[in-house]
Amino acid sequence: MFFTYLRRELRRRRKAALVVASGLALGIALVIVVDSVSSGMGKAQDKVLQSLYGLGTDMTVTKAAPAGGTGQGERPRFQFDAKDSDSDEEQSSDRVMVQGFQTLAASTVGKVSDQDGVADAVGGLSLQVLKVSGEFTRGRLQQGGGEGGQGGPGGQGAPQGEVQGGGASFDVNSYSVYGTDVTEPDLGPLTSSKITSGRAFKASETDAKVAVADSSYAKEKKLKTGSTVTVKGTKYKVIGIATADSGDAAADLYLPLKQAQTLGDVKNKVTTIYVKATDSQRIDSVKSAIQKNISGTTVTTSADLADTVSGSLSTASSLATSVGRWLSVVVLIAAFLVAGLLTSSAVSRRVREFGTLKALGWTSGRVTRQVVGEAMVNGLVGGVLGIALGLVGAYVVTAVSPSLQAQLGGGSGDSGGGPGGPGGMGGPGRQTAAKTLEVALTAPVSLTTIALAVLLAVAGGLVAGGFGGWRASRLRPADALRRVE
Amino acid sequence: MYELSGVTKRYTRGKDTVNALDGIDLTIPDGDRLVIQGPTGGGKSTLLQMLGALDRPTAGRISLDGTDLASLSETRLTRVRSENIGFVFQSFNLIPTLTAQENVETALVPLGVKSKERRERAAEALASVGLGERLAHLPSEMSGGQQQRVAIARALVKRPKVLLADEPTGNLDESMRDEIMDVLERMWQELGLTYIMVTHDSSIARKAPRLATIRKGRITVKENAQA
Repeated sequence: MFFTYLRRELRRRRKAALVVASGLALGIALVIVVDSVSSGMGKAQDKVLQSLYGLGTDMTVTKAAPAGGTGQGERPRFQFDAKDSDSDEEQSSDRVMVQGFQTLAASTVGKVSDQDGVADAVGGLSLQVLKVSGEFTRGRLQQGGGEGGQGGPGGQGAPQGEVQGGGASFDVNSYSVYGTDVTEPDLGPLTSSKITSGRAFKASETDAKVAVADSSYAKEKKLKTGSTVTVKGTKYKVIGIATADSGDAAADLYLPLKQAQTLGDVKNKVTTIYVKATDSQRIDSVKSAIQKNISGTTVTTSADLADTVSGSLSTASSLATSVGRWLSVVVLIAAFLVAGLLTSSAVSRRVREFGTLKALGWTSGRVTRQVVGEAMVNGLVGGVLGIALGLVGAYVVTAVSPSLQAQLGGGSGDSGGGPGGPGGMGGPGRQTAAKTLEVALTAPVSLTTIALAVLLAVAGGLVAGGFGGWRASRLRPADALRRVE
Repeated sequence: MYELSGVTKRYTRGKDTVNALDGIDLTIPDGDRLVIQGPTGGGKSTLLQMLGALDRPTAGRISLDGTDLASLSETRLTRVRSENIGFVFQSFNLIPTLTAQENVETALVPLGVKSKERRERAAEALASVGLGERLAHLPSEMSGGQQQRVAIARALVKRPKVLLADEPTGNLDESMRDEIMDVLERMWQELGLTYIMVTHDSSIARKAPRLATIRKGRITVKENAQA
């Protein structure tokens, strides 16, 4: 009888049922879309953050550069001798500087590893190479009769005339080098790239003169596997080409850590320690432990870094989490209220019906169950419609894949600042300028989201049924029958 | 058997208090047929609701087979209604979305009768009021007289001790009225139940063996030798 009665009543009140179900469907669909878009935002942010310090890294430990300085050393100075104007000899000079941060002793890696909750830690050294190469020639003194004479610093008794020719023609080339711990290939920025040609470092190549080039840099410099690249006079054999999974690569060249330390003249020093926690739930406690036990360091988690993301991704993410979420809540509350009021009003119209059933001996509980049952079915229909609508919405977002820009950091690189030092996180090669990445937004719908939708549908049904059931249960049969006399 | 002593029902309407029933004393033996008459607002329907355990008196005692209805809990009153009392209303009060058979079945639901038995008993009850061919019809597909016969079948399907009818022919034309009165009288005789009816219709009242008249909450009962 329960189901027969329920089915017939819903059929009779199709329009009202549809209004209730549609309201709930709208709210639930909105929740699904907002939830899936938020999840997509999260994935996009993860992708952005991943590109910064690689897979598996939960936090980085750095030591911020002092205010007003560019990382470690002094400003680079180049000295070239002027050659004769006839000479076409090219002169070249490299300066290797630690980039972005102050260095930490390599022993700090061990200290970090020893902290409770740390699964693994690996050090890396970030360098910036500035190479100036070209021709530097003296000018020639032209005297009255056109006789030539060598220019140069003038002096007393120097012949009258003017210096002609001379000058410099040079090229400045700047690129980043990252010293990686080849014994720990699973942690660090190189994990965000794939070796697309050649091979990765071997664990035995701790001090080998080998390099892995980023694909963009390799293309620009026409490097390929087997090529040789010279850094500060040292030749390195390119053993592999790495392509970043998304956005920019962590560095232009990757070298074994010891080689990078030698080039930078910073023996046993690192700029960044990449840390993997034993449990993602313990990241905050590990961060606190490191900051407490290893003084002078800055620990930056992915959550800290996420705060430095700006651009349309950040805006969209904020919209999804604030406006979207609130909008969903408001629509849901409105839908619940409308469903409740409509159900309650339906009960008012059925006073005689319920009064009669009570006169026949139906208990208040049985009448209430009937009302709640009808509201629940409305809620479930709304849930099914809402899930379908939400899936379509999420599919459309994924199909359109709107492109979002993410700006990371944005520090000038010569001053301390936000988490991780200038420019944001302690990734190599990214500290000196804002980094802009483009990511496609998707809206993945998880089973949890579907479960949430079902839960909301049931809740909507219960709220509506609660309103109506409460009214129905309070009906006294005599009053109900008297009202229609 | 009903025994009423000093039954009083007062309603408050704004600042006024209305005595719908004012110290009613009445005995209705088992198998009796009592017709209640009186002017509108005199308290007829209120008395019927007291007898049907739909409402409680403000004062006094209503006992059905020795049980004081006024002192029972809501749950017990509901059980009394479901087991012992059948109602027939002026407006039929059928559930519009249920068929004739399903409407009759609603009276058996609170008794926990299984679905198959419910269907069988409902079909029998409808057949007994001449609607054996109309089991699957909705109320909207039936005439007023047929709807009232469905209501009578619903009232009697559980084999109650008491049948309470509140203006059962009030919404029917003359031919339908006679038809329904015939059905009710036949059922009373066949089932041996106590039959209490409220009516405005003097022609029906004249045929009643006992006639109660309620005016301003007070009752007078007369035996009708002609009936």
